[in-house]
Amino acid sequence: MNISKNIESKTIIPPLIQKSEKADGLENSINNESAENVVEIRNLFVSFGKKNKVLKGLNLHLEKGESLVVLGKSGSGKSVAIKSLVGLVRPDKGVLDVFGKDVCKLDLDGLNKIRLRIGFLFQNGALYDSMTVRENLAFTFLRHTKRNYSKEIDEKILATLESVGLEKAIDKFPSELSGGMKKRAGLARILILKPELMLYDEPTTGLDPITSREISELIKSIQAKYNTSSIIITHDLACAKSTANRVVILKDGIIGAEGTYEELEQCEDEWVRSFFE
Amino acid sequence: MIDSIKLVLDEVGQIFHFIGRFFKQIRKAPFEAREFLHQCYIIGYKSFPLVAITGFIMGMVLAIQTRPTLSSFGAESWLPGMVALSLIREISPVITALVCAGKVSSGIGAELGSMKVTNQIDAMEVSAINPFNYLVVTRILASTIMIPILVVLADGVSVFGGFVGVNIHSDVNLYGYFSKVLESLSFEDIVPAIIKTFFFGFVIGSVGCFQGYNASRGTESVGKAANSAVVVASLSIFIIDLLAVQIADLIFTK
Repeated sequence: MNISKNIESKTIIPPLIQKSEKADGLENSINNESAENVVEIRNLFVSFGKKNKVLKGLNLHLEKGESLVVLGKSGSGKSVAIKSLVGLVRPDKGVLDVFGKDVCKLDLDGLNKIRLRIGFLFQNGALYDSMTVRENLAFTFLRHTKRNYSKEIDEKILATLESVGLEKAIDKFPSELSGGMKKRAGLARILILKPELMLYDEPTTGLDPITSREISELIKSIQAKYNTSSIIITHDLACAKSTANRVVILKDGIIGAEGTYEELEQCEDEWVRSFFE
Repeated sequence: MIDSIKLVLDEVGQIFHFIGRFFKQIRKAPFEAREFLHQCYIIGYKSFPLVAITGFIMGMVLAIQTRPTLSSFGAESWLPGMVALSLIREISPVITALVCAGKVSSGIGAELGSMKVTNQIDAMEVSAINPFNYLVVTRILASTIMIPILVVLADGVSVFGGFVGVNIHSDVNLYGYFSKVLESLSFEDIVPAIIKTFFFGFVIGSVGCFQGYNASRGTESVGKAANSAVVVASLSIFIIDLLAVQIADLIFTK
């Protein structure tokens, strides 16, 4: 377990943070250590306007097949960090290596190729309101496969919906779905493209405990079935506990603490404990 | 005061940048033909009843209101020509455009604003689909093409409304009325009026898209986007109309 220097405790400086201080000048190189990393964020700075600095030199990595949970107070930059990975937020400075390519330096075509390998689940599912669940799945899939709608595609859509337990809602509009169903449909829309990396932005927010548990189980099963790597942004400790291989807690735009869920849960540092109480 | 001017200029700059992006994007594949046709249906077909009712009432009211003045000069026979000329040159294009600014532009603003707020536009972007191409280009093109068609249809309905208005106090048959209408119309009356409607359509679509696409986060911004779309589009229609009349006057006045 590693806890950052800026937390008042007798703790160790995490290796990632030590590395961040050396990161300048090494931004374009990917060392051997990161070869297995699906994501490597180095020295990432993001601000909105002159005063609102959200990320202040964040360093983060995600190994292949790993499930990383990111905790932190609202406004600590969790969502901004994963939005940077898909080019929704332009960073001020830093390196964002995804599948070995710095997304900051890619043109739109290059970025789109990376985006096709990433699945991003938004907090509300972000389903297209004017389309049914079937159309939501077909819309993305047909565009990227450049095929016309056929029986085969219909079967594929149905199979994907079955994998998230939503086959009965295939012809419903998003307005007819509950919060949990919307998230499942959002997941299905992503899974039909078979992504290698999943980014979840607060997947259980606004759901009742039972549905939250179902979504957490679904995240785990997706990880196992599709062999994806995942970054999960959440405030839900039950979700974090069941899905995480590793947990990082952001504080003021950098990593404040890092470890397994159990390590952090048993940590005596007051600030870390405040997340688990 | 200076800050307000800066804000207005900033917004104008952003609109022109947005329009520039539209012209850049329109040449890029893929063209979203299906969505374009769907928008033509929504903007054109779904707006027709409103435009037709408005046009019919305007034609009828204009005929009823103009009759007493022309009667006092003994020029009642000019009524069909005068009504048709007023409707086709000015009233029908502007009223149709204003009705569409209220219905279409605000609708587009609210729809795209809501998509922005609920991350649907971001979801398209992260799925490697170009949301500008799919949402903006199709809507602006559909609006640019459908508004002139609506205006032509509104012209016909409003002139017929004029016929009904004329017949309230006199007895004119349909053939006689339309003969008088066609006698009074010329190329210079119809063509400039139609040309300006393409600009009206373009403004209605682009202002709606701009306001919606650039809505900030939060549900409040959806209402604001719809409201701003109506205000800016309506004002732009009057400015374009003023310019179009001046230009047509320069070209066609002998």
